[in-house]
Amino acid sequence: MSNSSSNGMGTTFIVYAAILAIAVIQVVVALTMGPSLGRMLILAAIQGYLAVMFFMHLRDEKSTLRLALLPGTVFVLVMMNMIWADSFRLIHLRPFAK
Amino acid sequence: MSEANMVLDQVAEHGAGVMEERPFAIPSSKLVMWLFIISDACTFAAMLFAYGFIRNSAAEWPLVFESASIWNALLMTFILVSTSLTVLFALRAAQNEDRAGAFKWTMITAAGGILFTLLHLREWMSLIGEGVRPFQNPWGAPLFGACFFSITGLHMLHVAGGVVALIVVGLGYRAGRYATRHVEIWALYWHFVDLVWMFVVPLVYLLNMKR
Repeated sequence: MSNSSSNGMGTTFIVYAAILAIAVIQVVVALTMGPSLGRMLILAAIQGYLAVMFFMHLRDEKSTLRLALLPGTVFVLVMMNMIWADSFRLIHLRPFAK
Repeated sequence: MSEANMVLDQVAEHGAGVMEERPFAIPSSKLVMWLFIISDACTFAAMLFAYGFIRNSAAEWPLVFESASIWNALLMTFILVSTSLTVLFALRAAQNEDRAGAFKWTMITAAGGILFTLLHLREWMSLIGEGVRPFQNPWGAPLFGACFFSITGLHMLHVAGGVVALIVVGLGYRAGRYATRHVEIWALYWHFVDLVWMFVVPLVYLLNMKR
C-alpha cells in the first residue's frame, strides 16, 4: 500500500460500490438465468481483481512484486485443472451412486 | 513502541546508503504476509477444486439453498466487503498517526467480522437442523456436507483468526506497541479473507441454489 495515502478515498468508494454491485448481479443472474459456472466465475474473478488491485493496493506496488507473486500463483491454479479429466471419468464409474 | 520496532523504523528512515534498497520496496513483514496470502489462496483453491471434483463425480447433487440462504449470503457479503472499507479507514488513520481513529476503525472491522461469523453460524445451525452432517444428509450425495462445512468452516476460521489479530493489533497500536505497518499487514490479511468469500458465495451457495 505504498501510495495509498496519496490516493483519495474516492476510488476506494467506487471499487467498494462496484464489488457490491457485482455481488447483487451474481444473485440476480443466478435467479433469472440460472447459476452457470462460467458466469459465476467470471463475475467472481472481476470482484477478485478489483479487491487485489485496489483494496490490497497491488497495483501501487513495484512491478517486481507483482511478477514475484502472480505468475507462480496462476501457474498453480492452472495446473490444478488437471484433475477434471479424472473427475469426469468417475461420472461413468458412479462411485457414490446408491 | 518496542525497542526492536524503534530500531527497525530508524533503519527504515535513516538507513539509506547503509543498507541496500529492498528488492520489492516493501517491508519484509509485508512480503511475508503476501507469501502467506498466495499460499493460503492455493489452499482455498485446492479445496474448491476438490469440491468441484466430488460434485462432478457424484451421481446426483443436492440443490439445497433456498432464497433465505441466498439473501443471508448476500447480507454476509455486504458486511464483509464493508469491513474491507473500514479496515482501509483504520489504515488511513494509522498513516496519519491518528491512534484513536485507527483503534476505532479496527474495532468496527472486528465487530463486522464477529457479526459475519454469527450469521454464518446461524446458517450452519439451520443446515444441521435439517440433518446435514459431514458424511450424510437427507438428500443423497453424502459428501455435500463435508464440502460445505470444510470450505465455509476454513473460511470462518480465517475470519475468527482475523478478528483476534485485528483486536490485538488495534489495542497494541493504540498503546504504542505496534507501528502503522502492523495495521497495514493485517488489513492486507483482512482483504484476503474478503477475497476468498467472493469465490465461496457463487461456487458454494449460488451453484447449489434450489431451482
